[in-house]
Amino acid sequence: MQTTTLGAAALEAIRGLFDDWISRSVTVPAMEWYRRTIEELRHVADATQLAMAIGTAPRRLGRSDLLLTAEDLERVRTLRPNFDPQYLSVDQLARIAFTVASYRGDDGAFASWFDKFCATAGINELIALCRGLPVYPAATLLEPRAREAVRSGMKPVFEAVVHYSPYPAEYFAEDAWNHMVVKAIFIGSSLWPIQSLDQRRNAHLARMLVDLALERWAAGRPVSAEVWRCVASHADAAGDAALVRAFETGGDKDQLAVALALQQGAEDRVDLLFEKPGLREKVRQLQSRLISERIGWEALA
Amino acid sequence: MAGRELACPCCNGTLTPEKAARLLDEIQRLTTMKEAQPGRGPVAAGAPTRMIIDPHAHMISRTTDDYEAMAKAGVVAVIEPAFWLGQPRTNVGSYIDYFAMISGFERFRAGQFGIRHYCTIGLNPKEANNEALAEQVIDALPHFLVKEGVVAMGELGYDEQTSLEDRALRLQIELAKEYGLPIMIHTPHRDKRAGTLRTMDVLKEHDFDPTRCVIDHNNEETIREVLDRGYWCAFSIYPQTKMGSERMSALVESYGPDRLIVNSACDWGVSDPLAVAKTARLMAQRGVGSDAIHKVVYGNALAVYGLNGEMDEQHWLAPAAIDQRTLYEGNSVLRGGQTPRIEEPGRSADDLQIV
Repeated sequence: MQTTTLGAAALEAIRGLFDDWISRSVTVPAMEWYRRTIEELRHVADATQLAMAIGTAPRRLGRSDLLLTAEDLERVRTLRPNFDPQYLSVDQLARIAFTVASYRGDDGAFASWFDKFCATAGINELIALCRGLPVYPAATLLEPRAREAVRSGMKPVFEAVVHYSPYPAEYFAEDAWNHMVVKAIFIGSSLWPIQSLDQRRNAHLARMLVDLALERWAAGRPVSAEVWRCVASHADAAGDAALVRAFETGGDKDQLAVALALQQGAEDRVDLLFEKPGLREKVRQLQSRLISERIGWEALA
Repeated sequence: MAGRELACPCCNGTLTPEKAARLLDEIQRLTTMKEAQPGRGPVAAGAPTRMIIDPHAHMISRTTDDYEAMAKAGVVAVIEPAFWLGQPRTNVGSYIDYFAMISGFERFRAGQFGIRHYCTIGLNPKEANNEALAEQVIDALPHFLVKEGVVAMGELGYDEQTSLEDRALRLQIELAKEYGLPIMIHTPHRDKRAGTLRTMDVLKEHDFDPTRCVIDHNNEETIREVLDRGYWCAFSIYPQTKMGSERMSALVESYGPDRLIVNSACDWGVSDPLAVAKTARLMAQRGVGSDAIHKVVYGNALAVYGLNGEMDEQHWLAPAAIDQRTLYEGNSVLRGGQTPRIEEPGRSADDLQIV
């Protein structure tokens, strides 16, 4: 796992970008409130004032979407690789900025506050704070709270940690990562917005996903086509059988997904798996289609 | 009538001047009704077209079936007042978890059914009597008063009208002023009329603006004073103990719809999450005008609980894009520009079998 530590200079630069982005979407008095609050949080504010700032951010700033350009994303990613703020709203970014501003150099104190605040956060607060995980200092110490959010029964809270974020791939050990991916499938969420999914595939995860697929088939329920992406490259005998079964019994999307998973993770095993000539040709044909029609995982979710 | 007493003709009980005035009101109302009543027509086919807010519903005690039925009946928003749980809490931690739940998970749960969920935060009068607990809860309140979706402090008020209850009420009225929040008042089950009057006296003592305060669980005995003193006057359509739909309709006909609010107060007891919708239907059958019905089942609640800016019609008429991507999942419950899901969800009881 390659973690990212943000230094003071990077945090300062990120603060400047956030200020710029928020100023594009809010009124002048709202922006004055935002800037005043940031300064107070950096220098004098206590936990109660921080809670007040985070709590009232939507009322003060509204909840419109950020207006970000490709250059904005590029600039922030030179400071914080793979940070993906494009689906954030103004109030969410402000809540993240307030959290960052409250850090005064004590990792332990920051992590302890973060943990305590999340325990009683409103649902929208929790979603915003989890979306900010990649840009917080003391990121390693926040891992238990991030995992707690992954355990949440609230799908948007789960997705706030898991989707469009470099944090899980950087900070979750294999067991945590695997349970996160399996849970995404289990609760009907998507895998494609998870960063570094292919890099972190492993045999244990493939086995758990195949077990889930078998359970779903036994219950007569459909299996997400995205599952095969994490199975093909690490399939054991049961995994191979499941891939063939998904291809033989599935619809167009399932067949395309199996073909794509093999293309990306186990191209050399297509002939071995699909012994029946008709099937083998079908796999090849679909793989050509995937390329010519530029079909990716998002389309197959 | 000084020095003299009137006897009630049916029970021979004492008729005070106030009771006699109320009786006269009632007679007046019945006469008017007889003239205006169009007769009981059949229920109009299909779901009600009007939107409903249930501004007093303890949804953490209700099932998903209830949420589905409420959405189907036209309920677009609910307010969950903080109260006791049927069993006293033994420590501040369980209170904090409760506040977090009604401003967290329950909002999510309601959103799954296309219903917007708001809440009130406060120490209820029953548990105010546990002095050690009460102090800790009051200390914990500010953290929650600024949460998104908190539309008032409540339920505050009296239960047995003890001095500890009085202290908690007064402290919380001051907190509501400090945090710019309206107040929802729980009026006591026993000694209701005196308790209601006393509550309003205390609110006045603390100079709390009555137009920012809802007095809840009213009945025929309390409505006049509550309205006369300028408060919003709410009624819980709660079988047996509080108010019924027929009586509620009669009160709207008699007093008019201004500042009257209907709620279900549905909780863990025998109660009906469709009580507001059913009362609206009954009022329509009895000839109450649609504007008046709209006020008492929607508009008035929105006016007072929208005062601090946390509840806004736009939340269900034109949800923010961010909510559609997250809370409302964008593709399952609400999509951009769509009206809330109040139409037939297309399920019958048989569909609920787990196959």
